[in-house]
Amino acid sequence: MEIVSPIMPEAAPPETLSPKTPISAARVSIRNLDFFYGTNQALRNINIDFPDRQTTAMIGPSGCGKSTLLRVLNRMYDLYPGQRAEGQVLISGENIIGPGLNLNLLRRRVGMVFQKPTPFPKSIYENVVFGVRLHEKLSKTEMDERVEWALTRAALWGEVKDRLHASALGLSGGQQQRLCIARSIAVRPEVLLLDEPTSALDPISTLKIEELVDELKRDFTIVIVTHNMQQAGRCADQVAFFYLGELVEAGPATQLFTAPRERKTQEYITGRFG
Amino acid sequence: MPDEPKHIVASFEADLKKLRDMIAVMGGLVERAVADSATALLEHDAALAANVIEHDPKIDAEERAIEQFAVRLLALRQPVADDLRQVIQALKVVTDLERVGDYAANIAKRSIVINQASSRFALSSLGQMAALVQQNLKSSIDAVGEADPQKAISVWRADQAVDDLYNTIFRELITYMMEDARSITACTHLLFIAKNLERIGDHTTNIAELTYYAVTGESLPEFRPKGDQTSAYIHANPTGQ
Repeated sequence: MEIVSPIMPEAAPPETLSPKTPISAARVSIRNLDFFYGTNQALRNINIDFPDRQTTAMIGPSGCGKSTLLRVLNRMYDLYPGQRAEGQVLISGENIIGPGLNLNLLRRRVGMVFQKPTPFPKSIYENVVFGVRLHEKLSKTEMDERVEWALTRAALWGEVKDRLHASALGLSGGQQQRLCIARSIAVRPEVLLLDEPTSALDPISTLKIEELVDELKRDFTIVIVTHNMQQAGRCADQVAFFYLGELVEAGPATQLFTAPRERKTQEYITGRFG
Repeated sequence: MPDEPKHIVASFEADLKKLRDMIAVMGGLVERAVADSATALLEHDAALAANVIEHDPKIDAEERAIEQFAVRLLALRQPVADDLRQVIQALKVVTDLERVGDYAANIAKRSIVINQASSRFALSSLGQMAALVQQNLKSSIDAVGEADPQKAISVWRADQAVDDLYNTIFRELITYMMEDARSITACTHLLFIAKNLERIGDHTTNIAELTYYAVTGESLPEFRPKGDQTSAYIHANPTGQ
């Protein structure tokens, strides 16, 4: 039987790892954003801010555009011809959908964790250092420190510290997902994108990830896509509801789940969607 | 609410309807208790008064059943938005209704004592107050069933008239007691009856406020029109200096 170890106490990150911009200012500002898959418009005139060091949850039915918006935030759509974004997506003031942007650098600044855990078929240690090696030249000691910091922040250190060089594929699903989070934060991103990060996990692993999100927002701006309303309510400071490519309503989680302003939001979250 | 599209999960829709129906049944019992207690007082009907007292545990049982059902809904359905507000409203409204039932039973008990008194008192003001309280109570329970915020606001405003009548009766009964000390026992009971009716009026406005919140998601202002000025009669100098 697997022994579930408690979530690790927070380790103080090295001073340089903590973003120093003021809390609550918008880390990401999206202005008049349109997005097209060829001729099909998937996002229409989106305007929203993601406040610094807060969690924003995006909810809405399948095909409403929430995952598309997530893919715009680290320009993953660039990998596919015929897909284009128009408008402005400002991250720390820089428009990331403008031309001449270094995509590798952008993806260091905007980390992403997917629905299903995607560990590389390498050791736990190698998974964490993979991105760091691309961007930074660190000594062995510094790299070890970074691995411990990232795994601790991802609440996984206590469970894997004695087998760092074992294959990551030997971890459970929940542990693999936390390893992916550790891999994302190891490069010290500004924004962490989570695309339905717990949909493939059991309830205990889900709660661990939710607890982790609460911890991580002290250092990162978090955007989470979820189909689980209760999860959005538990994790998020701000919730945004999308429908048919439009942002219907965004507001504090408490307000959106007790007294939403828009009728469409109410129908969706109460299960009256027709 | 009535003009909303139905829930995808039909059993949830049925549960919410059952909750509304249970409140309607309890509301009916409470309305009946208040009406019967007023009739028992005004028509000196001790048997009817005894009937009200006897049936109060039934109201209490309804309250417990609705609470259990609402808790089950919260645990199993995890409602949000207007559904959540409706369940919270149900949980709080039944507490108000249960208290109204208690006040009705208390009026019934006191009416039996008053019937045994030798002298008779003019009860027309109390009758008027009881009628107004019953009318407001009925409207507030209807507002719950119909999810009607306008009706809720009307009830909320109408309590001022109940308070005004209470002030009148308060002064009237004090005058009786000053004129004839032998009337003090009966008049004190009548004073408590008037106070019970005034409290029923307050619970009625609570129900109206809860309904307004459940339907609109907004709260009515904290301060509603109030007319109970009887606290001005409290002796402000208890040491007598």
